This record gives sequence, C-alpha cells and structure tokens, in this order.
Amino acid sequence: MYAFDFERPSTLDEAVAALGAEGAQALAGGQTLIPTLKQRLAMPETLVSLTGLAELKGISASGGVLTVGAASTHAEVARQTDHPGLAGLAGGIGDPHVRNRGTIGGSVANNDPSACYPAAVLGSGAMVVTNAREIAADDYFTGLFETALEEGEIITALRFPIPEKSAYVKFEQPASRFALVGVFVSKSEGGVRVAVTGASEEGVFRWSEAEAALASDFSPAALDGLSASAENLIGDIHGSPAYRAHLIGVLTKRAVAAAA
Amino acid sequence: MAQVSMTVNGTPVSGEVEGRTLLSTFLRDTLELTGTHVGCDTGQCGACTIHVNGASVKSCNMFALEADGAAVTTIEGMANADGSLGTIQQAFQDHHGLQCGFCTPGMVMTAAALLEENPKPTEAEIRSYLSGNLCRCTGYHNIVKAILAASGQEVAKEFAA
Ligand SMILES: Cc1cc2nc3c(=O)[nH]c(=O)nc-3n(C[C@H](O)[C@H](O)[C@H](O)COP(=O)(O)OP(=O)(O)OC[C@H]3O[C@@H](n4cnc5c(N)ncnc54)[C@H](O)[C@@H]3O)c2cc1C
Ligand code: FES
Ligand code: FES
Repeated sequence: MYAFDFERPSTLDEAVAALGAEGAQALAGGQTLIPTLKQRLAMPETLVSLTGLAELKGISASGGVLTVGAASTHAEVARQTDHPGLAGLAGGIGDPHVRNRGTIGGSVANNDPSACYPAAVLGSGAMVVTNAREIAADDYFTGLFETALEEGEIITALRFPIPEKSAYVKFEQPASRFALVGVFVSKSEGGVRVAVTGASEEGVFRWSEAEAALASDFSPAALDGLSASAENLIGDIHGSPAYRAHLIGVLTKRAVAAAA
Repeated sequence: MAQVSMTVNGTPVSGEVEGRTLLSTFLRDTLELTGTHVGCDTGQCGACTIHVNGASVKSCNMFALEADGAAVTTIEGMANADGSLGTIQQAFQDHHGLQCGFCTPGMVMTAAALLEENPKPTEAEIRSYLSGNLCRCTGYHNIVKAILAASGQEVAKEFAA
C-alpha cells in the first residue's frame, strides 16, 4: 500500500471540503477499498474517513419509505424489520465480519457488477441521496463500477419505498460469495420491478420482459416459457453467458416464490 | 504519523501510526500481541478476527486510526483472569477443534461473537457464521462440535466426522 494522508472530519461540510482536494478519496467500511489499496489499484493522496459523520447514520421508516443512512453497516440493515427483502439481502453479504464494517453507501458508490445492493436499489426504485442532490435509481447506475456520482460527491442516504412484497435470491460464486447472479424482485403500487446483478457486462439491469409478465400475475408460473437473453452477459471460469442467462430465469422464479 | 489510543483487552494503549497502518499491524508489531494471526491479508480467511466495540471484524481490513477510542478484544483477552483457558478455548481443546492452530484465534473470536448474539445456535447457524473463517486442517467438524459444546449444548455422538 502506498502512503497517504488520513483525515477524519466530524461534519458533512468538512468532509465535502476535504474531498474537494486533488487526489482525495472517501473511506467508509474499507471492505472494498483496503484490499484495492493493498493491490495498489488505487493510490489516493488523502483518505477522508466518513465514519465520524452523524449525518450519514441511522435507519428510520416513515410514510412508507425506509431511509437508510449511507454509513449503515450491512449488519445494521440486516437487523431492521421494516423492509424484510432488504434485510435478507444485507444479511447474506459476505460474512459476519464483513457485515460489521461494510456499508450500504460504500457498496452503492462502488457499483461492483457482482455486488448485492445495486439489485435492491434498482429493484425497489430507490433514491440515492447525496450532499448535493437526489438521484433516481434508474439514472444512477451507468456501467461497470460507474455511477452518476460526480467527483467528491458523497452519498448520505438511500431512500427505499417499502414494497408490498420483495425478495432477493443470489447464486453465490463459491469462493467469493458475491453474486454469480442475483435477482431482486419487488411488487408495490407502482408496479413490479426485477433487477439482476452479477450477470451483465454493463452492470445491474432491469429485466423488463419479466416485469411485464409479473405485472398481471405475481407468481412463479407467470414466468414459464420466458428466458433471458445471453447477449452482453458475463462469461468467465464460473459460468458462460448462456449459463448466467439460465440462472436469471431460475432465480427470478425463486425470488418471486420467496416474496409471495 | 498520528497518535492513536484505544483500550485493548481492558488496558488503555496508545501509539504512533501512519494512515495506512492496519489494525492487525498495530496489534502485532506495536503492541506485540501476536496471538492475532495474519493469514491472507486480503480480508478472506478470518485468521485476524478480533472484536471492536463488541463487533467481530477482520483486523487486516481496518486501519488502526479507525479504532481510535474503541474497546478492542483480541485472543489474548479470552483466557480467564487466572490464566486458565476460557470456556470456548477449553472446548476447542476438548473437542480437538484445532490442528496446526493457525486459524484458531480467529475461530475463537468468531465463536465468541456468535454466542454473544445467539447463545444456543444450531449446527447450521454455526456453520453459516463461520463462512468468513477458513481452516486448512480440521475440515471444520470438530470446530463446530467445540462451539456447540461451548454453548452448553449436547454434542451428538453420531455427529458426522
Ligand atoms: C470477504 C468479502 C466478501 C464480500 N462479499 C460481498 C457480497 O457477497 N456481496 C456484496 O455486495 N459485497 C460483498 N463484499 C463487499 C462489501 O459489501 C463492501 O463492504 C462494499 O462493497 C463496500 O462498502 P464499504 O463501506 O466497505 O466501502 P469502502 O471500501 O470504504 O469504499 C468503497 C468505495 O466507495 C467509495 N465510498 C464509500 N462510501 C461512500 C459514500 N458515502 N459516498 C460516496 N462514495 C463512497 C469509496 O471512496 C470507495 O471508492 C465483500 C467484501 C469482502 C472483503
Ligand atoms: S488475514 Fe485478515 S482475513 Fe485473512
Ligand atoms: S487448524 Fe490449521 S488452519 Fe485451522
């Protein structure tokens, strides 16, 4: 790991100012960033720790919306009971130790194509709240490790409309336990959403054919005969594009069954 | 360099660290508490597991400065006051829950976190809680037995080994 300066601001304003400096990068739980630094894949001049910011903490539900502070750990999100689909997803990330440090803000900012949270954010139609604005999930995820965030912009919270029903099912990559493919489904007044992670060369995406089929009949049987396209899907030693396409169909059915 | 202070196994400590100093490095090199093992140094194996403010974390995947002001517990804090083995440690010895012993500090710290959260876990809950701790020797069965025993539960004879 290269050397860097370490800053520990105590307010959001101080953090925004510190991140405005050349070569500054935010540090949340470090569960992605520290391994990246060790591999020298990132070499910030300054790390700005977000752990001291009260503005990023706390989970609360009101008016059918669950607001999750960006610094909430996966373990904290797993313990909340207002949004069981989201709790189930958070409780399945990594292992207990990773869940005690890793944060929802860090995961959503990183947008790893195999990460779990992006599926919940897109699959619930959540809002990404930053120090500067609010970004709808449909506009937020722009590609592999790419998001609509500007340089130095800090995610402060995620706002999830609480669905009537939702569930996340992942097929684990056996070594890393990230999603080889993961599917988040939700049903709410606004309609049905199906978001797929782990599968596409372009990152998390909505499977619109499945959403249309489930809109009138939210049951696994509604998906009979429907198959996802293998075009642009990831092919690696763990699975071919065709295998991942097959998994998308199977996991979507399982997620609908789990949510129903 | 910056000053960092924390409580480790009940004793207040402080030292000079760099921004990039890992908590595992601070414990092992500065405090010379070498019971915390570093296996992979990539956040995968769990050998470096300790507790920070009561929560289990991989100390190779956290900076020392992030533990400023925290209460830290390491494997050195798990023995009884008279130096005899603590309940979980004794159960690992009784049930042969270790061979080379490299993973053991992390396994014991993970078991302690599990039993704090869930005092009577099932076998399946134990196995799932150990998902971030790798053991190259035992095949896990005796570790699971040891944790069941430490929780005061009967360890079935027919338990597959
Ligand atoms: C062994 C292991 C297993 C794992 N398994 C899974 C898994 O199954 N599924 C899964 O989804 N993930 C998994 N992860 C990744 C884990 O969920 C990480 O916690 C998460 O990806 C990053 O969150 P963090 O808080 O640790 O962020 P950090 O590592 O601190 O930061 C990640 C990136 O986000 C930026 N950032 C952090 N917070 C903010 C913010 N509030 N605003 C703007 N930018 C920010 C940082 O600058 C950095 O670029 C695993 C990790 C490990 C080590
Ligand atoms: S040494 Fe920390 S997880 Fe392996
Ligand atoms: S006893 Fe050797 S690695 Fe577990």
